[in-house]
Amino acid sequence: MAGISICGVSKKFTGRNDAVQALENATLEIADGEFVVLVGPSGCGKSTLLNIVAGLDVADTGQVYEGNKPVKEPGRSRSVVFQDGALFPWLTAQKNVEFGLKQMGLNRKERAERAAHYLQLVHLTKFRESFLHELSGGMRQRVAIARALAMEPEVLLMDEPFSALDAQTREDLYVSLQEVWERTRKTILFVTHNVREAVVLADKVVLMGIRPGRIQTVFPIRLARPRHAEDVDVAKVAHQISMGLKESLALTRNEEYDEGWQPEGSGLLRPADSVLGDNI
Amino acid sequence: MVFFALLIACWATISKLGVWDSTLFPSPFQVVKTFWNGIADRSLLIATGASLRRLLLGYVISLVIGVPLGVLLARQKWADETIGLLVLGLQTLPSVCWLPLALLWFGLSDTAILFVVIMGAWLTITTAIRDGVRNVPPVYLRAARTMGTKPLSLYLEVLLPAALPSLLTGAKLGWSFAWRSLMAGELLFVSIGLGHQMTMGRELGDMSQVITVMGVIIALGLLTDRLIFAPFEDQIRERWGLTAK
Repeated sequence: MAGISICGVSKKFTGRNDAVQALENATLEIADGEFVVLVGPSGCGKSTLLNIVAGLDVADTGQVYEGNKPVKEPGRSRSVVFQDGALFPWLTAQKNVEFGLKQMGLNRKERAERAAHYLQLVHLTKFRESFLHELSGGMRQRVAIARALAMEPEVLLMDEPFSALDAQTREDLYVSLQEVWERTRKTILFVTHNVREAVVLADKVVLMGIRPGRIQTVFPIRLARPRHAEDVDVAKVAHQISMGLKESLALTRNEEYDEGWQPEGSGLLRPADSVLGDNI
Repeated sequence: MVFFALLIACWATISKLGVWDSTLFPSPFQVVKTFWNGIADRSLLIATGASLRRLLLGYVISLVIGVPLGVLLARQKWADETIGLLVLGLQTLPSVCWLPLALLWFGLSDTAILFVVIMGAWLTITTAIRDGVRNVPPVYLRAARTMGTKPLSLYLEVLLPAALPSLLTGAKLGWSFAWRSLMAGELLFVSIGLGHQMTMGRELGDMSQVITVMGVIIALGLLTDRLIFAPFEDQIRERWGLTAK
């Protein structure tokens, strides 16, 4: 088993007109079996960092280590769950989970058994013969998680896996994911822009800042599990982190938006039916 | 069914009215009779057999060239900028234009016609496959790479299945282009085949012969579509969830 060390990683993207410093000197330790969530506004480089850890992108400077092995390319020990699942529509749920196992060279029987086991872990046994379009968004994401887990990786990387789902489904998946994590104790690196989600899931929330993308603050979360999005403690911690997020967001607004933008609006709450002199 | 019955009834009525001479506008009954004669003296069967043999051979060769080349063009920039441009240019050329060249190279032979068929089909297949593979979402490839997929499996188990819908479109297009090229070739010079039967009909002033051959071509086209392409298409639609419910 191994943790992940991210040492001084920087990455620049060159666009048509300008270059964006997506990530500057990011350093982070993820212990073995730890659940770490990267949170930050869009453009803070959190997905870039995850892709570099996955080996799908290459850092300009710095290095990522898995245990003490440097990460150079995608590997089976680091499975990725993508934002839209990236499942294959020409395969059934079961065959999707088996895909990676086939690449590992397992025989038909071993594949079927292992895929069945992990589909059961995400409670989808009944749907194993279904094609993707027959599954709901939440079920698809669960198949994607089963596919990643079935590789039996050391590390699970999750790139905004729940962002396209409705609130109810997401809440269910928080419970499922915490349950899966408690059972398997994989090291998890999870990316989201939703602070509440981060607090529900993480041992450690890493707040990232923008322009340049960088690691701003690390918040250890010491709340009892299983946590739910509506827990009071979760809300309280999430509020603290949101304050930090707002500061960095204010910076972006100054840079990106037109002048005269008021982030807070007017400070007064008005009743929705108030008539503000529209018959004068 | 009712639609086609009405169409044939119209045809029969018009020929009965005698607006045009029956040698120029034969009745359905004459055509059916010619058809049966063709079957009975086997001339129609032999012609169909000869044409289909050329068609299938040309088509298979086109697929063998077109599919790998299309994948190559989609994946390799250098190939697309060189061969891709050539393919695009040649595609604007109607395949019959290759006939003079083919006749000089291969003489009045089956090979010449085969050449024209292949020139008609492979370019279309290549282009369709290239576009299909290009439109495969990159996230499938990224996902496959994180699961340790080797390059060959990446092509065979991810790219090709993901591009299957456009692969099928390419195959269908190629088939119809192969037919067109075959008929053009067979009409223009004499050798046994359906095109030859039509030329004979014209030269003998036998309009019902010409219409019979046209009917055979239409029937063959419909049959291949229903029996070969349609089942594949239905299966793909079902898997990808494209069927209207």
